Amino acid sequence: MGRYVIRRTGAAIATLIAASIVIFAFIHLIPGDPVYVMLGDGATPDQVAALRDKMGLDEPLVAQYLIWAGNALQGDLGQSIFFETPVTQVILAGAETSILLALITMVWIIAFGVPVGILAAIRQGTMIDQGLSGLAMLLASVPTFWVGLYLILIFAAGLGWLPSSGYPSIFEQGGLANLSYLILPSLALAAPNAALILRLTRASMLDVAREDYVRTARAKGIRPSRVVLRHILRNALLAVVSAFGFTFAALISEAVVTETVFALPGVGRTVVQSIMRRDYPVIQGVILVIVCMFLVINLIVDLSYRLLDPRVELE
Amino acid sequence: MLSVKDLVVSVGRGPDIVRNVSFRIEPGEILGLVGESGSGKSMTSLALMGLLPPTLSISGGSVMLDDTDITYLAPYQRVRRNCGRVAMIFQEPMTSLNPVLRVGDQIEEAVQVHDPDANASARARELLDLVRIPDAAHQLSAYPHELSGGMRQRVMIAIALACRPRVLIADEPTTALDVTVQRQVLGLIRELCDSLHMGVLFITHDLGVVAQLADRVAVMYAGELMETADVGPLFRAPLHPYTAGLMACLPNPESDDPIMATIPGSAPRPGEIPDGCPFAPRCDRASAPCRSGLVPLVHGAPGQSARCHFPLNERAGA
Repeated sequence: MGRYVIRRTGAAIATLIAASIVIFAFIHLIPGDPVYVMLGDGATPDQVAALRDKMGLDEPLVAQYLIWAGNALQGDLGQSIFFETPVTQVILAGAETSILLALITMVWIIAFGVPVGILAAIRQGTMIDQGLSGLAMLLASVPTFWVGLYLILIFAAGLGWLPSSGYPSIFEQGGLANLSYLILPSLALAAPNAALILRLTRASMLDVAREDYVRTARAKGIRPSRVVLRHILRNALLAVVSAFGFTFAALISEAVVTETVFALPGVGRTVVQSIMRRDYPVIQGVILVIVCMFLVINLIVDLSYRLLDPRVELE
Repeated sequence: MLSVKDLVVSVGRGPDIVRNVSFRIEPGEILGLVGESGSGKSMTSLALMGLLPPTLSISGGSVMLDDTDITYLAPYQRVRRNCGRVAMIFQEPMTSLNPVLRVGDQIEEAVQVHDPDANASARARELLDLVRIPDAAHQLSAYPHELSGGMRQRVMIAIALACRPRVLIADEPTTALDVTVQRQVLGLIRELCDSLHMGVLFITHDLGVVAQLADRVAVMYAGELMETADVGPLFRAPLHPYTAGLMACLPNPESDDPIMATIPGSAPRPGEIPDGCPFAPRCDRASAPCRSGLVPLVHGAPGQSARCHFPLNERAGA
């Protein structure tokens, strides 16, 4: 187990270094002089020289990367050109919304996708199964923003049960009740992903149910419910758990759209705005943070996989 | 004593894949069930276990263990009613154990189902000793992928024995194993059959294994039993031309002919089985009466019977 953790962590760090080089290079891939692109045509030579100096663009490339990476390791991702504050601050401002949104969405996905997938598998071929599988197909095919708009239309505009947009911090007036602002966005974001997890859980359960060892378990005379829980489910979840890593990646890209639809002050919206403002340091910083989170999540998935499947170490 | 009477297994509303199969297994006796792939041997055994896949069902006949009818009961229903102690081991020891559970847990689970008050871990160790797995205490904490094929099949046997079965069904348990390991496992089955006074239904397509292991043999073809006999008479004087044909296909080391004999043609598929004797189209003794109606039961040596109009070694008055 120890060696496995070290190997996996090492692989994650190597990936991070590779990714950081790509992210760093990004600023030099901008056509023309990045400084002019950032500052626009009306920049005075003084401003240009100041920014060029601040970004260290006159240093050799390797030195630039090392300085940038060294600063990043110490939590300094540079200065936002638009806000003129540290990039870390810009990201942190959106972090609360984005992290809570992702967590609540994951809760929906796991709480809905996995058990309903199990139910559909147990009732394979019945009306229940066909209904649930049809619903899953529908949710997986419909774009997030469309689900979001319909949720707003029904639950916010129509019934008036939930707020339609914005999100005041839970540390401000209203406290935890402010989480109600995240219910509709998280549902919209969860819908297609929960549908995928549902279909995956169902398919995986049905696959495992055909395995020889499930027949062995039945032959022992143990109750059907125990066959499902102890012998089928645990093996079926192996495939589902490894899908969570990809689900997370999907969440990140879909969150950008969702935060825009629901006007949430999250990191996703910050990225969209920064792209329009050509605020490259912020874009770089956010991408770096996302890469780190993605690697950490996948590391957790890999390690939990090891706990679920004793065969992993050999492979 | 397990007695199977006129068992019929069918696919939904489609054709019958096992037709009117009857046999008995006495305690301490090994009955070899022989037949080609697709002859219905495995489906017969799964039907006895109550483990038919959802698409198949028993549509006639009965399975009795002692005086209890267990025909339509799944294993967990048999446990609940405390009847029908029939256990089974399968062809593929590699895939028949749950890969994510320790061997010990899988054996203990079987022990607890049948005897909730037992000291499961002590009994699991006993069972591993019984199937001759060395260093039982250590092996209990191993995962299946850490064991060899022969060891896994022994673990399967240990799981089967956990319910103290009256009858053990072994569906080609050695087909996937090396020849040397195969002999050890066969020896173990024989030994357990004798020492535990347990009936064994041994399913195989290998007549050589049957000759070596079984007390009695039932020969199956296209879902029907062709011939049943004690192992001696069957090999000395088979009644049914199909049985004789199977024996002619056994490799003979003394023969100079490099080409082994085969039975011409191929077995009919379910739904395409001809009227009368299913073997008639491939049989060189067949004539008009074989192609329609019921085939009579003929007798040979004591305990030997076959369904054939023109048997090879019929003994008058038997």
